Amino acid sequence: MIQVKGLNKWFGDHHVLHDVDLEVARGEVVVVIGPSGSGKSTLCRCLNRLESAGSGEILIDGVPAPVEGRELARLRADVGMVFQSFNLFQHKTVLENVMLAPMKVRGVTRAEAERTGRELLARVGIAEQAGKLPAQLSGGQQQRAAIARALAMRPKVMLFDEPTSALDPEMVGEVLDVMVGLAADGMTMVVVTHEMGFARRAADRVVFMDGGRIVETGEPNAFFEAPKTDRARDFLAKVLTH
Amino acid sequence: MSAVLDHLPEFWEGLLVTLQLTAASFAGAAAVGLVITAMRVSPVGVLRAIGTAYVETFQNLPLLVLLVLAVFGLPEIGIKAGLLTTAVVVIALYEAAYIAEALRSGVNAVSAGQGEAARALGLSFGQSLRHVVLPQALRTVIQPLGNVFIALTMNTSLAAAVGVVDLTAAANRVNLAEAQPIPIFVGAGLAYALIAACAGFVTGRLERRLGMVR
Ligand SMILES: Nc1ncnc2c1ncn2[C@@H]1O[C@H](COP(=O)(O)OP(=O)(O)O)[C@@H](O)[C@H]1O
Ligand SMILES: [Mg+2]
Repeated sequence: MIQVKGLNKWFGDHHVLHDVDLEVARGEVVVVIGPSGSGKSTLCRCLNRLESAGSGEILIDGVPAPVEGRELARLRADVGMVFQSFNLFQHKTVLENVMLAPMKVRGVTRAEAERTGRELLARVGIAEQAGKLPAQLSGGQQQRAAIARALAMRPKVMLFDEPTSALDPEMVGEVLDVMVGLAADGMTMVVVTHEMGFARRAADRVVFMDGGRIVETGEPNAFFEAPKTDRARDFLAKVLTH
Repeated sequence: MSAVLDHLPEFWEGLLVTLQLTAASFAGAAAVGLVITAMRVSPVGVLRAIGTAYVETFQNLPLLVLLVLAVFGLPEIGIKAGLLTTAVVVIALYEAAYIAEALRSGVNAVSAGQGEAARALGLSFGQSLRHVVLPQALRTVIQPLGNVFIALTMNTSLAAAVGVVDLTAAANRVNLAEAQPIPIFVGAGLAYALIAACAGFVTGRLERRLGMVR
């Protein structure tokens, strides 16, 4: 589904991604972990070209990710993204947030967009919030609305960049439950998260990044029980003692 | 006082021209200002440079000079248009720079995540500007835009200097006949103040209605 080959990314002189290779199969759930600044967000953003790649190749569904224009917009429509800070459209109701892109990008009728929008809001458990503005929702509800908004485009892949890091602890569970449900339904997912519980529950594979490189990758239980590299071991020791 | 009352029809005619000038040039300025703003925040460097150059140019030239140049210069190079039309176009182009400046500060006040989320959903740059960024930007700059409107209203009086018979020119004509500058220009001034007060009232209402819940 996603193939990344030899991806390098620079911000000015700052070499942020070093020769990253990553494959994500259809229906696979890959959790990306690693210390802050290791390039996890940048990798995610490169996958839907919110950041341009310095060098290397990104194939989505076997097709090279387009660099600009209409083709790029189509790629992004097929790759859903959920941000740490939700980024719901502040001036639109929750339902309008979910309806906008299907209508403007996919050309879906208003009635059809509203019907699927309400279905999706029900699926993430916030059907009663449809008419409210984002600012009137709790963080957990906002993030679930953001997931519904991404799903409304019927994406082939979903990218999550630390979707629960901005949430109060009591709201983390409700968002993770939605994500576990998605994974169970067979969605292809790349999830940057520090939630080891989620990784164990839902991930097919864990990718550990440090210093802009993929240092280790493995099946979750094996990775958490017996990391092969020192850097992963150090990182897990720090994270798990918190 | 009778100097004003005796000439009410002239004042009325002048006021109508001032209102036309104001409404038409504000509409034009809003349209051009939007385009310039879109250019200034676009991902294309050349467009950004043109937008910035536009704003810098018009903010650094006196409106009166532009009016005189257009009214007397354009016919020289074979461009003939009505006096009122020329004045409207010049004022619109000039005020567009100020509208663009106000709008850009509004765009900057909208968090970058909003545009990113829109693009991540597959909206084009133009669509994300139109449906996501600008509507939010507008809500934060209603007051500054109201101020541009008021400044524009006052600036239309410069059209009198190139021969448009607006409220100021009407007052001037009446004064030539009556030689009573104080009541005549106080009266004209009050009419301008009334337009400004209406604009202030409307922006206040709009701000309360559209003010964003964040
Ligand atoms: N827009 C940017 N401009 C310059 N440097 C950036 C930018 N975004 C990220 N970086 C740098 O790239 C590195 C990786 O960042 P990021 O991908 O956000 O890491 P992570 O998500 O793993 O915390 C960091 O050193 C960060 O400072
Ligand atoms: Mg990050």
